Amino acid sequence: MIALAVAPVGAVLATAAGALAADPVMLTIKNHLFVPSEVSVAAGERFRIEVANQDSTPAEFESADLRVEKIVVPGGKIAVMAGPLKPGIYKFFDDYHPDTAKGTLTAVERKVQD
Amino acid sequence: MLASLIIVFREVFEAGLIVGIVLAATRGVPRRGVFIAAGIGAGVLWAALLAGFAGALSDSLAGRGQEVFNASVLAVAVVMLGWHNLWMASHGRELAGEMKAMGQAVVGGDKSLIAMAIVVAIAVLREGAEVVLFLYGIAAASSEGWAALLLGGALGVALGAAVSLLLYLGLLAIPLRRLFSVTTWLIALVAAGMAGQAAAILAGIDLIPSFGFELWDTSWLLPQDSILGRALHALAGYSDRPMGVQLAAYLTVLAVLAIGAHRIEARSAQAASEAAVPK
Repeated sequence: MIALAVAPVGAVLATAAGALAADPVMLTIKNHLFVPSEVSVAAGERFRIEVANQDSTPAEFESADLRVEKIVVPGGKIAVMAGPLKPGIYKFFDDYHPDTAKGTLTAVERKVQD
Repeated sequence: MLASLIIVFREVFEAGLIVGIVLAATRGVPRRGVFIAAGIGAGVLWAALLAGFAGALSDSLAGRGQEVFNASVLAVAVVMLGWHNLWMASHGRELAGEMKAMGQAVVGGDKSLIAMAIVVAIAVLREGAEVVLFLYGIAAASSEGWAALLLGGALGVALGAAVSLLLYLGLLAIPLRRLFSVTTWLIALVAAGMAGQAAAILAGIDLIPSFGFELWDTSWLLPQDSILGRALHALAGYSDRPMGVQLAAYLTVLAVLAIGAHRIEARSAQAASEAAVPK
């Protein structure tokens, strides 16, 4: 209830928190594999990751590096927010199939446009 | 089999630590066994229900349902743990003594037990829903060797329960006089950790400001997803990359519980000494 009450405030704060990268990172889980399994984002920006689970079993999108943990039901789709990140490589995986469903996200320094 | 054992154990383990602390903290309270068993049972039931509605929950509140739900149940657990500690501050003396003055304590004791049963139910619910979904996935895929995978899962649950028992027995080794002050501190740390976690979850979906996404990084020293990291996370709210708002919530709850318990203890000690003065 409290969380719901602060939602509009949160939306304002979110935009104030920093520039949001325009395009979300799109990931698909299929046959217990991430497609794509390697993605990159701009460092220093808050961004959105969307995960679609095309398998018939549940998955849990998890990353200690990105501090996200969220269940994705079969045929379901979730979104999480992450960052702003320092440049580097961040691992993510499906907690239910950590041996196969895993990937990396690379945060790269954005080049200054002239 | 080993893979599913490890996955399930990791989930059950954290709930097991909480149950172990609660068992030790309620030592000597009449009928605590019934309440805690009911808490575990309700947690398992809710976990199964939650697993069934995981998709709907996930899609609710504009895709933020899972996070808001997790933060809310954590907040409830924090309140219950806090209530228990403050109750112990005023009644712990009677309990640690030979429980002579039962009459009053038993009435209040039930309230505290309900709070503790809710905490247990929430701990089981949070980790349990993930276990249920994982096991469902194994059964649904019905791939080769699913029986071994399920057996691994069952062993994982058993091992998690064993951790809970070990922690409980370990805490029981503490003399009764000291036990309640140890469990009170443990519960305060658990509550602070949960409050921090709830704050981090809400900041993760931009509902509240984070006040810094990464205050420090100790993942090189003790990664939070290692077994020791997970234990410290469940017991004391350890985070290898804490947010500012997470630390703030942690310290606030710890301070409120420490100061609150101190004040109540001082007052009940004063009341006790006044009562002892002959008129």
